[in-house]
Amino acid sequence: MKKKKSSKPSPYIIELNNVTKIYKDSSTGANSAQHALHDVSLKVKPGEFVFIVGESGSGKSTMIKLLLRELTPTEGTITVMGYDLNHIRHHKIPKFRRNIGIVFQNFRLLNDRNVYENVAFAQRIIQRSNKEIRRNVPAVLARVGLAGKYKAKPKHLSGGEQQRVAIARALVNKPSILLCDEPTGNLDPKITWDIMKLLENINEQGTTVLVVTHNADIVNSMQKRVVTLEKGVIVSDEEKGGYIDED
Amino acid sequence: MKINSFFYTLQQGFKNIFRNKLFTLASLATIGACLFLFGIMYSILANFENIIKNAENGVSVTVFFDEGLDDASIQSIGDLINNQTEIVDHVEFISAEEAWDSFKEEYLGEYADGFTENPLADSAHYEIYLKDVSRQQELVDMLNSLNGIRRVNQSEMTATTLTGINKLVAYISVGIIAILLAVSIFLISNTITIGISVRKEEIEIMKYIGATDFFVRSPFVVEGMLIGVIGTIIPLLLIYFLYDVVIGFIRERFSVLSQLLTFLTIQEIFHVLIPISLAIGLGIGFLGSIITVRKHLRV
Repeated sequence: MKKKKSSKPSPYIIELNNVTKIYKDSSTGANSAQHALHDVSLKVKPGEFVFIVGESGSGKSTMIKLLLRELTPTEGTITVMGYDLNHIRHHKIPKFRRNIGIVFQNFRLLNDRNVYENVAFAQRIIQRSNKEIRRNVPAVLARVGLAGKYKAKPKHLSGGEQQRVAIARALVNKPSILLCDEPTGNLDPKITWDIMKLLENINEQGTTVLVVTHNADIVNSMQKRVVTLEKGVIVSDEEKGGYIDED
Repeated sequence: MKINSFFYTLQQGFKNIFRNKLFTLASLATIGACLFLFGIMYSILANFENIIKNAENGVSVTVFFDEGLDDASIQSIGDLINNQTEIVDHVEFISAEEAWDSFKEEYLGEYADGFTENPLADSAHYEIYLKDVSRQQELVDMLNSLNGIRRVNQSEMTATTLTGINKLVAYISVGIIAILLAVSIFLISNTITIGISVRKEEIEIMKYIGATDFFVRSPFVVEGMLIGVIGTIIPLLLIYFLYDVVIGFIRERFSVLSQLLTFLTIQEIFHVLIPISLAIGLGIGFLGSIITVRKHLRV
């Protein structure tokens, strides 16, 4: 594990310093002219709830990929939970990711396994014993309101239920950070609110939550910190902020 | 890896076979068909080689001695021949009496009674059977250079033809088996690639939630190896049951050539075919899954 060498522990759980990301042209291999992110700096304290908002193509998804270390920055540094993501070794990445829960817009569940196995899978990869899995999985499924759906396959669940399974999977390893990439993008308004309440509840219990969205209603109602991206640049960062969706 | 993770990996490998039935069937059919063709080809070529080998074993060089050569000289010539262990398989000494008895029995029958003396008195000889027919001329040259030898009989034509056929069979065998293997590997790796591409999403999810490359890869490797083994066993079973039927049919249809057509038993064929087929099946399953999964691990 490559951790930042510092005498004082950083007060931030996520730290982006002057991060620029330029994608390479897949045919020529040269850097493309457009910056996906340009000189972005962002600091998040443990336990915060942050919305990352912006139009399509503003750089939100790139930021998530950088935080998951799926991508590396072209310039600048990224530190997450003390891990220096610019220099982390390939074989250390899985261990780093186990501290981050990830929720996707399209749920990304393993469709051939039932609800229990989807959630248990996250525990199996960190080599929890069967006894611990039998204890932790029902507990987290109860927490997301799916206590009676252990045996159901994802295709037999509604969109909201599938997203709850994805959240349960993200939570079962007790991550320090929960990254949600458009978690309500495929859900109707009623379910959207249920999911947001669930995320708020998770945050209240100490988990840092970052939600990427362009749902203005939610952002404006929840009165949380809002970071707005526009063409790869942070144009505002407000406590209890708001957002106007221009898409 | 903890013991429960090990069993989980094994279990997932087995389950994957049933989860992706279409992929499993396609892979099994490809591996099975390739190894079946390989098995048939090997059986044909091994039997052909065996027939040639048996024909070669019948080829001999005959050495006749000068008239009145004493027993000690004949013995020393025999020792010299026996010392050519790389060329000579075994040597038989036929005395003049044995040669006459054999001639009488073969050609004269009851008409032999008219002979009071052995007309083949100077026909004692060595029959030399060869290990390596291609070196017959080398042996003949050596024999011609010895004292006490009147004549050396050889069948140059037979030796040359058999050596030629043997070389041809060897080249054809290597060629066909190499082509077959290359085609098999291509087909099988293609099938595995398609099968795993379908599960790209699954591999990505595993990686996002913190699975190590080893953890992601292991069930696929178990699955690949299982398909490899099953894909090997099926054609081997087919060959096992078909072999004797086909050999029996050939023997019946070509009974005239029964002396020439000496076939290997299925046990002799399987002695080589089982380990090679298993190595190919397991190897392709193992390497195929490792290489194709690796492409999707960069998440």
